[in-house]
Amino acid sequence: MDATTTAADHHEHGHHPTFVQRWLFSTNHKDIGTLYLIFAVVGGTVGGTLSEIMRAQLNFPNDHIVNSGQEWNTIITTHGLLMIFFSVMPALIGGFGNWFIPLMTGAPDMAFPRLNNISFWLLPPAFGLICTGLLMGESGSGWTLYPPLSNSTYEPGMGMDCTLFALHLAGLSSLLGSMNFIVTIFNMRAPGMTLHKMPLFIWSELVTAFLLLLAVPVLAGAITMLICDRNFGTSFFDPAGGGDPVLFQHLFWFFGHPEVYIMILPGFGIISHVISTFSRKPIFGYLGMVYAMVAIGVVGFVVWAHHMFISGIDVDTRAYFMAATLIIAVPTGIKVFSWIATMWGGSVELKTPMLWAIGFLFVFTVGGVTGVVCANAGIDEVIHNTYYVVAHFHYVLSLGAVFSIFAGFYYWIGKMSGHQYPEYWGKVHFWMTFVGVNLTFFPQHFLGLSGMPRRYPDYPAAFAGWNFVSSCGAYLSGAAFLVFLYVVYRTFTSKEHVADNYWGEGATTLEWTQTSPPAFHTYLELPRIS
Amino acid sequence: MRMARRLLAVVACGILNLSIAPYAGAQGVVGAPRPWEVGMQRSFSPIKDRIIDLHDLVLAIITVITLFVAALLMWVVYRYNSQRNPTPSRTSHNTILEISWTVIPVLILVVMAIPSFRLIYYQDRTPDPDMTIKVTGHQWYWEYSYPDHGNIDIESRYVGDDDLKPGQLRLLDVDNQLVIPVNKKIRILTTSSDVIHSFFIPSFGVQRYAIPGRTIETWLEANQIGTFYGECNQICGQNHSQMPISVRAVSEADFKTWVDQAKKAASMTPLPKIASK
Repeated sequence: MDATTTAADHHEHGHHPTFVQRWLFSTNHKDIGTLYLIFAVVGGTVGGTLSEIMRAQLNFPNDHIVNSGQEWNTIITTHGLLMIFFSVMPALIGGFGNWFIPLMTGAPDMAFPRLNNISFWLLPPAFGLICTGLLMGESGSGWTLYPPLSNSTYEPGMGMDCTLFALHLAGLSSLLGSMNFIVTIFNMRAPGMTLHKMPLFIWSELVTAFLLLLAVPVLAGAITMLICDRNFGTSFFDPAGGGDPVLFQHLFWFFGHPEVYIMILPGFGIISHVISTFSRKPIFGYLGMVYAMVAIGVVGFVVWAHHMFISGIDVDTRAYFMAATLIIAVPTGIKVFSWIATMWGGSVELKTPMLWAIGFLFVFTVGGVTGVVCANAGIDEVIHNTYYVVAHFHYVLSLGAVFSIFAGFYYWIGKMSGHQYPEYWGKVHFWMTFVGVNLTFFPQHFLGLSGMPRRYPDYPAAFAGWNFVSSCGAYLSGAAFLVFLYVVYRTFTSKEHVADNYWGEGATTLEWTQTSPPAFHTYLELPRIS
Repeated sequence: MRMARRLLAVVACGILNLSIAPYAGAQGVVGAPRPWEVGMQRSFSPIKDRIIDLHDLVLAIITVITLFVAALLMWVVYRYNSQRNPTPSRTSHNTILEISWTVIPVLILVVMAIPSFRLIYYQDRTPDPDMTIKVTGHQWYWEYSYPDHGNIDIESRYVGDDDLKPGQLRLLDVDNQLVIPVNKKIRILTTSSDVIHSFFIPSFGVQRYAIPGRTIETWLEANQIGTFYGECNQICGQNHSQMPISVRAVSEADFKTWVDQAKKAASMTPLPKIASK
């Protein structure tokens, strides 16, 4: 994709907003993107601290770092929700999406700037509420929130309600954001940028936005019913009143399964750009990549009950959901092979973003193939809810999605801040993380196969060995995160300024025609795509 | 140092595990997790045999795929490094390649799906069970009822750290085991009196949620005399990790004796049992 005009808008508009005007009442997509990214780092830090506490507790059997089972359950619940709703999603969708959807499509801003502002500002109160649930120690249901454990009999405290309302707010934020994304992408592309010329990152955000738009309302409905069950005497999920706990599982996973694709699809987009840039080659099989994402999005909606293989659903239903789930491996495979084919014949430069992208390909493949194991309903009988599942979804999310976030960070931080990251420390960050996370999560496959249930604060002595290894890996990953914070510090205190297109000829999308950092208002004159 | 001592214990466990054959004992075999285990727990039932067979097949396939992808990655990083290959090609399409990496995965999935479908229909339920046991999950213990044997009713609680006898497994052993006859097809009906639990015995390859308001059917069969351990596998509150499952599979004669004893014990109970909560 080549821009025929290089619209470099150096001229700022005359007004200089005050701090409050600029950051609290912000309607600028770049500022809102920055807020989202800062928020994601905060959410990730709190969620990551919780995981370090969890690994410390599981370091040895019969440890007492966490005092009670209830406290433990609250920690695991909050860790899951924080990482999903307050770290990965804000980074990939709110952060990079806001920053680069307008920049890459040649739009001056998002379609609804004020809507954009409220989408972000719904998140901090949600974060406050979820932390309230954590600190009160009253939201110990697991992030899946299954009743009856989450109803007022077994989780009577207000902390649980806080967590549920936090999800309502976070969901509302995502909904508003996704509408904004869809409208922007459909209506505000630069003249000449047809859908089939759109950068893959924009495609990934478009598919993600549709998934959010269709999935989140179902979660909102389920949570509303749960809140009514808890507080207003209804019995949607209470068998004593004719309700059904399994209904909640269906509703939750109808949202929950698309949700995992919501977290990984924008990552797919970022990885495509990074690989193409550092191979100095156009992406291989562009159309295949686009329709693989669309296919993942569509099929992602009809596989939800594979989370419920042992909830007593009918065997024919299990057979269907197993088949549908296995099919997802096909578009995913297309993507992985296309990325490798993009590198094939290219001129590969192993800069930090590329390291993260290649690391992504490896961990995502591992997480993907163990997904095929889990998809087999027959095998799932012995690995459902064990550490095998924990290892699987951390490989695709904690490693896959997070690697893509870091790839995006190192790829674009020069563009966003105007300063380049320190290459050496970026690589240190990558290698420490890569070794750390694999050491943490690979042994969890063994624990799972051997039958260790998830969400246990204490375990039989037989599981001690691999848990010890896993905890060591977690400490290393935690140290790697400190290196990341150092990288951020070095980047922002750097005196060096980078050029418009500091990656050279491999970087071909529109954002590289802008200055680094881009002017407050970009594309005052629309670029034309040939 | 406390930490070093515990670390030593962990390693020692592993060495011990290599030196002793842990399965056979006076009471028969033991189906439990083992230190530093890297695969599935050993099978003691026809269902688990088939699960392991399928898992071996799938594991072989996914290992080959992962190694293939890793090898490709290493090759492109080596061969197409910017120093070795300064001018990139502009290839961005290859129809045959794109069709083949769509069709070949589909074929692999079909190879995997056929035995997989067979397995789920086999493990779903058994057409001619020899007996039925009703499993009820409670916060935080299991209750086992034998409707075919005069409604014997057993409550099974974990053994606390202070009551643990030498040789008993912490967080796995219980006060009253679930007793079953060996080589019999046993229909399991799970339900719960409070929150959702999960009845999970890895060495039998069986797991079902216990959900209040529902009765879920599955089945199991032990093919050897021995003790087999499982754990509650769905988060159920405060003491989720403290409601293990322990099954003792005995010969048919021993089972009859046990049933008689249990009936006698029940009839001597002076007052009807009050459900403890």
